[in-house]
Amino acid sequence: MDTQDALRISDLSVSYNATPILRQVSLAVAQGECFGLVGESGCGKSTAAFAAMRALPRAGRITGGSVSMDGVDVLGLSQQALRGLWARRVSMVYQDPSRALNPTITVGAQLMEAFSVLGMRDARTRAELMLAKVQIPSPSRVMGVYPHQLSGGTQQRVVIAMALAKNPVLLVLDEPTTGLDATVEAEILDLVEALRREQGTAVLLISHNLPMVARMCDRIGVLYAGRLVEQGPAAQVLHSPRHPYTARLLSCLPGGGRRKAQGALQTIAGQLPPSGAPMKACVFAPRCDRAESLCHNEAPPARLAGKHMAACHFDPPFPASPDALPEAASSVAPTRVPVLEAVHLSKTYGAVTAVNEVSLRLAAGETLGLVGESGSGKTTLARLLLGLAAPDEGGAILLDGKAVGPTLKARSRAERKAIQIIFQNPDSALNRAHKISHILGRPLRRLAGFSGKALQGALAELARGVRLGDTHLAMRPRALSGGLKQRVAIARAFAGRPRVVICDEPTSALDVSVQAAILNLLVGLQRREQVAYIFISHDLAVVRYLADRIAVMYLGNLLEIGPAEDVLNGPHHPYTAALVSASSAATRIRLKGEIPGPGERIAGCIFQKNCPRKIGSVCETVPPPFDPYALHPIRCHIPREELRSDTNDRH
Amino acid sequence: MKPLERLARPGFLLGFSIVLFWVICALFGGFLEPQNPYADDLMNALAPPSAAHWFGTDQIGRDIFSRIIAGAAPILSVAPAATFLATLCGTALGLVTGYAGGWIDALLSRLIEVILALPLIVVALLVLVALGPSSLNVTLVIALVFTPIIARTVRSATITECKLDYVPAAQLRDEGALHIMFVEILPNILPPIMVEVTVRLGYAIFTVASLSFLGFGIQPPSPDWGLTIAENYGLIVGGYGWTVGFAALATASLVVGVNLVAEGLAEAFG
Repeated sequence: MDTQDALRISDLSVSYNATPILRQVSLAVAQGECFGLVGESGCGKSTAAFAAMRALPRAGRITGGSVSMDGVDVLGLSQQALRGLWARRVSMVYQDPSRALNPTITVGAQLMEAFSVLGMRDARTRAELMLAKVQIPSPSRVMGVYPHQLSGGTQQRVVIAMALAKNPVLLVLDEPTTGLDATVEAEILDLVEALRREQGTAVLLISHNLPMVARMCDRIGVLYAGRLVEQGPAAQVLHSPRHPYTARLLSCLPGGGRRKAQGALQTIAGQLPPSGAPMKACVFAPRCDRAESLCHNEAPPARLAGKHMAACHFDPPFPASPDALPEAASSVAPTRVPVLEAVHLSKTYGAVTAVNEVSLRLAAGETLGLVGESGSGKTTLARLLLGLAAPDEGGAILLDGKAVGPTLKARSRAERKAIQIIFQNPDSALNRAHKISHILGRPLRRLAGFSGKALQGALAELARGVRLGDTHLAMRPRALSGGLKQRVAIARAFAGRPRVVICDEPTSALDVSVQAAILNLLVGLQRREQVAYIFISHDLAVVRYLADRIAVMYLGNLLEIGPAEDVLNGPHHPYTAALVSASSAATRIRLKGEIPGPGERIAGCIFQKNCPRKIGSVCETVPPPFDPYALHPIRCHIPREELRSDTNDRH
Repeated sequence: MKPLERLARPGFLLGFSIVLFWVICALFGGFLEPQNPYADDLMNALAPPSAAHWFGTDQIGRDIFSRIIAGAAPILSVAPAATFLATLCGTALGLVTGYAGGWIDALLSRLIEVILALPLIVVALLVLVALGPSSLNVTLVIALVFTPIIARTVRSATITECKLDYVPAAQLRDEGALHIMFVEILPNILPPIMVEVTVRLGYAIFTVASLSFLGFGIQPPSPDWGLTIAENYGLIVGGYGWTVGFAALATASLVVGVNLVAEGLAEAFG
């Protein structure tokens, strides 16, 4: 290599309060290269980024190794020189753009500051040029507004513009798209890719999303429990992983169009070792199917095959785990008997229409995937169905064909227990003051009518159903891992033997290996209890795996509903087409303009302002009638035969 | 770090020791007083501090050291009782307004604002003039004035908790409002309540002393500190500073001690 690496980390170890977090990590990012660092939560990937910049929080300490940036020894710099490095050579973009921007200063002033601290003149012109460069449509208007007036995606563009103002040698992106919608994420990643090619900036991209990182990066490193277990060219790591952990992690993903009828997802047994646990041997050995006594006794060397490194004693292939074998595909054939029906449900808050005239039917035992980006009204629709919010006059909710009250108070006990929910975030959904036995025991008492000895028995059985042990019952939520907490939340939803369970992004807060186990559990429970699911998610791979039918919502309106394969493969609504295409760079369909804000009135088709296939003024009129009870209705002016399907895209 | 470890700071430990000292005086004063705090000795009136009378004597020759120790009991029964009563009422009121929302919240919140708008000491004086001064009335009046302040803290903590999903989860499993407020929400908002209670206790001590000084609080011949200051402050100009100084110091030390404890708790739990 004729130039210095943009970043070179050698044998880096970091401790927090004497607890080792990162152990002897070595990696290098060449000039202009994109390096992806992936791993599940708690593996130390953010720590690695902060350590590389020498910007660890107070409790963190670098205990060994070296870091050099563009040939400069970062660990040897004086405080002042370090600040100079931060100011001129390296930039960092964090997960939440709304916290990276100062809410009291206009976007323009913040961006101009990034130039003026470097002593550049014409800060205003440069700032406007930079905003244009990050593809913000009207830079001069955006210069004068405050951050909260912009959408999350545009905010992240501004942050990236600020980061690139100094033309850094290295750009560190820490989960830059985690809080953003799929179509916005795709645009941001495209942008980073384009800027990298143009400016030649090296990028260190940190994420939990292995496929996304593989698409973006030249090379990937995989962290596990503070150790770099695998490193190599992106395509090789993704398609022929050499470490059993990477291999298992990839097989946990419900990708490749897998359906639940084809069998359960792979999981990784056990848990991440607690941070600071002594690790003399292979860190993954306790969870590895391939592990032999050698693995438990001796740390594996970093073995190279070409440019592909793996810290494992053995070479692939690795044996598939027993649960990868497809289970007998005894998928419940969903009946045609509707258990829950929404009829013209609307909900307005002042001038904002959160849900607009949504009608749909849910058959007993089926899974309806509910898809849509933030602001689509899917969570509000869930609250209406649950009775947590009352729908506007004129709408009705039918349970087994009989209308139920608009609020919980107006419903009977049987009606209340029939519809339950699994919330997105178990930390919020489980009362931290109470033990698991209380959290699960109360619904058994209130909804199922258990008491005394019978209650104890039912409690143990309920816990067993989600693979929780008796020891867990005596714990409080804080003592449980994210996956175990979500199991408690699932058990609670099932305590009263519901007919319908609404799953509101139940795995979006969880790691991939845990997500697979939770999805398997949900499928198993549905088989056993014959319950119908409304599965809300933004992850189309998960929805494809789980759902029998899919409904697509946009700004409170139902755009399309139909059998899962038909909706995802098309012909489908132009908005669905954009959602489906967002995960692949080659065929990505871009939406036009910014998503309209809440309260904005749109005449005619709700999607016309962003529709990439708007055919003309006809789109400003109401689309043809839409029968929500038909097999696969699509709310669009374009004739069905002309609507795109996935197969058309590929040819 | 665990909350208990976070409490091990010099400020909190100092405050805790001061408060503990006065609590011991209040509980076991009878064994600690060298002399009878009520016994007059006109021959030894206004004696300066000496080996026989460590803090000197007052106008009718009562031993001031013994009276200071005995004075811990009245203030440390009225102030905590008032704070306790205010905590009970304020917590209930705050939970109801915060959880119910809507018109109940609007009505009770306005009522709370009205009471908060009135100066504490003026309200207390008016009520005590109407009801007549007594320890019980002082307790009730301070509780009345502190209830809305505690209710306000509890209300805002309750509103924050209601945004968490465990509250709708409880509604969905058919729990009543009382269960949700007192079994689900209350345990989670105990830390801010505890901090508020300690801060209030400091103010309650201060208020009891003020009311006694003004003659509307604890009545003679109690060795209450505020009362002692009121009975003797005219003597300061005569050079008999010890008759007032030690009572003032005792009051100040107790208020400072309680506030140090409050600060330590706020840092550990707030």
